Amino acid sequence: MPERRTKTIKTDVLARVEGEGAMRVRIESGRVTEVQLRIYEPPRFFEAFLRGRDFTEALDITSRICGICPIAYQMSAVTAMESLCGVEVGGQLRALRRLLYCGEWIESHALHVFMLHAPDFLGFESAVAMAREHPTIVTDALALKKAGNEVMRVVGGREVHPINVRVGGVHRAPRKAELATLVAGLERAREIALGAVRLTASFDFPDYDQDIELVALAQPGEYPIDRGRIISSTGLDIAPEEYESRFVEQHVPWSHALHSQRTGGGNYLVGPLARFATSFAALTPLAREAAADVGLRAPERNPFRSIVVRAVELVHAVDEALELIAAYEEPDAPAIEVEPRAGVGHGATEAPRGLLYHRYEIDADGTILAANIVPPTSQNQIAIEADLRGVVERSLELPDEQLSRLCEQTIRNYDPCISCATHFLTLEVERC
Amino acid sequence: MLRLIGVGNRWRGDDAAGLVVAAGVRARLRGGIAVIEDRCEPLELIEACEGAQAAWLVDAVCSGAPPGTLHRFDAAERALPAGLFRVSTHRLGVADALELARALGRLPPRVVVYGIEGSRFAPGRPLSPAVAAAAERLAGALSTELAACAAGR
Repeated sequence: MPERRTKTIKTDVLARVEGEGAMRVRIESGRVTEVQLRIYEPPRFFEAFLRGRDFTEALDITSRICGICPIAYQMSAVTAMESLCGVEVGGQLRALRRLLYCGEWIESHALHVFMLHAPDFLGFESAVAMAREHPTIVTDALALKKAGNEVMRVVGGREVHPINVRVGGVHRAPRKAELATLVAGLERAREIALGAVRLTASFDFPDYDQDIELVALAQPGEYPIDRGRIISSTGLDIAPEEYESRFVEQHVPWSHALHSQRTGGGNYLVGPLARFATSFAALTPLAREAAADVGLRAPERNPFRSIVVRAVELVHAVDEALELIAAYEEPDAPAIEVEPRAGVGHGATEAPRGLLYHRYEIDADGTILAANIVPPTSQNQIAIEADLRGVVERSLELPDEQLSRLCEQTIRNYDPCISCATHFLTLEVERC
Repeated sequence: MLRLIGVGNRWRGDDAAGLVVAAGVRARLRGGIAVIEDRCEPLELIEACEGAQAAWLVDAVCSGAPPGTLHRFDAAERALPAGLFRVSTHRLGVADALELARALGRLPPRVVVYGIEGSRFAPGRPLSPAVAAAAERLAGALSTELAACAAGR
């Protein structure tokens, strides 16, 4: 009979993730018996303090949930309010919003792919250590991030927590000449993004596939960013209004973030792998070609390859931003008037990390009565825990230190935004 | 080109100390020196240092010393003590940003970093009196030092 050994591997503060969290893995006699992703960043109560505010304020209040993806919050909030009031923003106003969202994807993906995740694959503890050996990678990363930041500044008014989106459109539509200043930076960014696809595809990937339902927005002819129906790899096809009847959030004792599951049970995944699987055909031809050149096919089921998918999405976001700028015509008015009406509105958009759902109830004066926000990291917690279990079970022979690093890398596959999810990372592995 | 870079968040109590020093130096100096206020985005900090012959950075720190205590470091010579300037798990702090600049060969030949010991960092609070006094004294001393450097003395 084998000797009974218990072992716990834990990390008290996870590095290179957005926000504060920890993880704990317990191994008993060579079996993983417990996996916990602990999001201990305190709850933030946004949904509670939205109550009593005006319907026009939700987008700027919720954008404060995250410094990395504020546009995602603005877009889900504004879409919910506009659908509630029976308004759809189209034409160049929508194009401007999509351009702004591309800017956020570029700066967020550039940060994660190069500065947070690439060091795992290249064997460095941090982006700073990586910069000493690979200065070109980091210089490119900074140029790419800057191109995204510039889009945010010119279209959104400033780089962090942009302030130009409003219910009905934008506060000020930029001049064509202002958008033209973005082109040179974005053209360089496109070359860097194409290089990022080749670089990330050359990494060594653990052999690990996941069998899980992939959930993302979809809109005919468009890569999912700012609107669409919610579809999945197993046939789900619903309007955002139906989200809460198909997905359920529940509290677990070890995390401040709610866990999401399909109603009636079943785990699912949101984010780049889901979008890539369900909307590959809607990528720009250049992004599809970049994926094909490195042998990346949809669906991609290895979460470690999400870094390559993010790089492909970088190509797409830069490419689409350039297309939107080329086609831009200054709109007659920066916004259409929107009158509040009593009711419930739903908004779903694709944050860089995945589907972000908002629901608001307002009264006839436009006062918010109730709010519900389901961020992507919260939805991916169960998938992350399942991957940790799977990865540890396949790697039990590794020394604790290596196992810990592999666990952290696994978590970073999801680009988790812990600040967004709390309502998360330290690593703890216990072997019994 | 000389640069003074104040780092901080003006809405987080003593974390605003670097910004207050930058504003104080800007009010006292005339030309020749770029005064930059920064939220400590590594990219912005690296760009703020780019091409400078010398840069002075001022940030709030938290080491357990009495509030208002002034720490001075020669960052061109060696790395800053990372723990002292770490303010967030979300992004790189001043120490990491400067190391990134050094790794990329983009660190100015002379970099002096001042850390003002803070005591309260709660949202919406003003500077604590000891930190406000230290910021005022440092703004005066830096204005004299920078003016002398700009004049080539």
